[in-house]
Amino acid sequence: MKLRRLTLLGMLAALLALGPAAHAELRIDITSGKVEPLPIAIPDFTGSGGDDSQAGRDVAQVVSADLDRSGLFRPLDPHSFIENVAGTDAQPRFGDWRQISAQALVTGTSKTQPDGRLRVEFRLWDVFAEQQLTAFGYTTTRPNWRRVAHIIADEIYKRITGEDGYFDTRIVYVSESGPADKRVKRLALMDMDGANNRFLTDGSSLVLTPRFSPTAQEITYLSYARGAPRVYLFNIDTGQQEAVGDFPGMTFAPRFSPDGNRVVLSRAENGVSNLFALDLRTRRTTRLTSSQAIDTSPSYSPDGSKIAFNSDRGGSQQLYVMGAEGGDAKRISFGSGKYGTPVWSPRGDLIAFTKIDGGSFYIGVMRPDGSGERLLTRDFLVEGPTWAPNGRVLMYFRQAPTDSRGRGGSTRLYSIDLTGSNQREVITPQDASDPAWSPLLR
Amino acid sequence: MHAKLMALAAAVLLLAACSSPPPPAAPGPGGPPGGPPGITGGPIAPGSQQDLAATAGDRIFFNFDSSEITPESRQILQRQADWLRKYPNVSATIEGHCDERGTREYNLALGERRAAAARNVLVAAGIPAARLATISYGKERPAVVGSSEDAYAQNRRAVTTVN
Repeated sequence: MKLRRLTLLGMLAALLALGPAAHAELRIDITSGKVEPLPIAIPDFTGSGGDDSQAGRDVAQVVSADLDRSGLFRPLDPHSFIENVAGTDAQPRFGDWRQISAQALVTGTSKTQPDGRLRVEFRLWDVFAEQQLTAFGYTTTRPNWRRVAHIIADEIYKRITGEDGYFDTRIVYVSESGPADKRVKRLALMDMDGANNRFLTDGSSLVLTPRFSPTAQEITYLSYARGAPRVYLFNIDTGQQEAVGDFPGMTFAPRFSPDGNRVVLSRAENGVSNLFALDLRTRRTTRLTSSQAIDTSPSYSPDGSKIAFNSDRGGSQQLYVMGAEGGDAKRISFGSGKYGTPVWSPRGDLIAFTKIDGGSFYIGVMRPDGSGERLLTRDFLVEGPTWAPNGRVLMYFRQAPTDSRGRGGSTRLYSIDLTGSNQREVITPQDASDPAWSPLLR
Repeated sequence: MHAKLMALAAAVLLLAACSSPPPPAAPGPGGPPGGPPGITGGPIAPGSQQDLAATAGDRIFFNFDSSEITPESRQILQRQADWLRKYPNVSATIEGHCDERGTREYNLALGERRAAAARNVLVAAGIPAARLATISYGKERPAVVGSSEDAYAQNRRAVTTVN
């Protein structure tokens, strides 16, 4: 379907015309660089008083915040609203919404069902065309209301951009506290908007680099529990942890395969680090590399056929791609400096990485053949990109320098669009690093 | 006459006893509690970490992004090997560390490579491999805080720790 961006001229034409104007389809093309955020009105979802009205306010608030955070939408100030929307059944008074320059409007209801569950319905309207674009209804247990709000935001995002959303997702990361030479690190899990943050480990053992399984039910990570650094699996529902494989020596840098059946990781032996894959069903181990170098940070392509990884087999830290069963590896990074932490986009079209050049750190992307290298952000220390499931947003961590007294060193999560714009801090209760983005939870 | 000589001898002995300085107090725990800061300490136990550090040096340092054993490091490791030979019941873990100017997983691997490099020198010097374990902490455990070249140089290290 041909995407046409709503231009300023088109907007003016629409405003000047009498009655509903013929205008460009309500679309945002998110691949074309910096985009003017679409003005959207999201009044509170109506409910018949009490808990329902509160739920209606809460859902609208979360939907608004999601769309605002994407940088592509500009939710309008509710104090400017003229029409007092009464549920989703009636046609909105579009003139009232055009008057405050809304281009899109969301109306919704929230209602407790006889069985105690919550039903939320919404409609998305094109204000100028005076047409409904989409409508959905969801029923869930009350504590799940946030997920409904994120799913609604994803539907709105998808209808207007043509891309899948990424709001109904979670982030697993390492929560950090304490002085630089006695850092306490805990695994933590939160909704992608920072809500529902909870700690998965207690900080008594050093933990690093957690990653989600494709179902988001399990996490694989590195822990120094029992004194030695090893890869573990953590079941989010049961809290059970188990060591991955029976490898002597240090295992680290784990990731799941896209089908969830394997964990690929690095194993160090007498100073050499090679890649191994463990089949979680058969428990069989396959050696994937046998260089005399450091091979680490493996990441599967989304179709499971290839692995991108980090190696210094050529003399410096670079990015390589090989088949998922091992074999010949092709170097793909050729710019100046060193490259690390390759992460394949869920869309398959790009590999994100950390680059270190001239004393600065960068987050960048390149195509899987190494062409089209593009740097998105640069700082004293930025590292460890992870992709949103729609392959359009990256999250990473940024660390400030520390002085000789140990002051500074603040470490926080940030998100950034693939276009390099809309860089935002992700709010966490403590310092944070090593983020990993879940797939869509649905 | 004999008694006078005896008395003189006794006097000389007494004088000698009085004039010789009292034997030095053995180093013990610090001053009275609640008083001015005392000096804490104690005898350095043979075969202990402090003994290793004092005798041979317990750590070697590396250049940026390197796991190469410098000539100076080699000397320190030789002294460590001598010390380990002296205490055959001592087993040790060699920790490998990096500065913060690298990515996390690569630094875990580099720390392991540094620890292994140090271990290999000790093994080549005749210390049984079974006595020596390695562990990498990557950039997670700096010895010196600060984002300066000076701090980084002290953090790129392999430390031999007595188990």
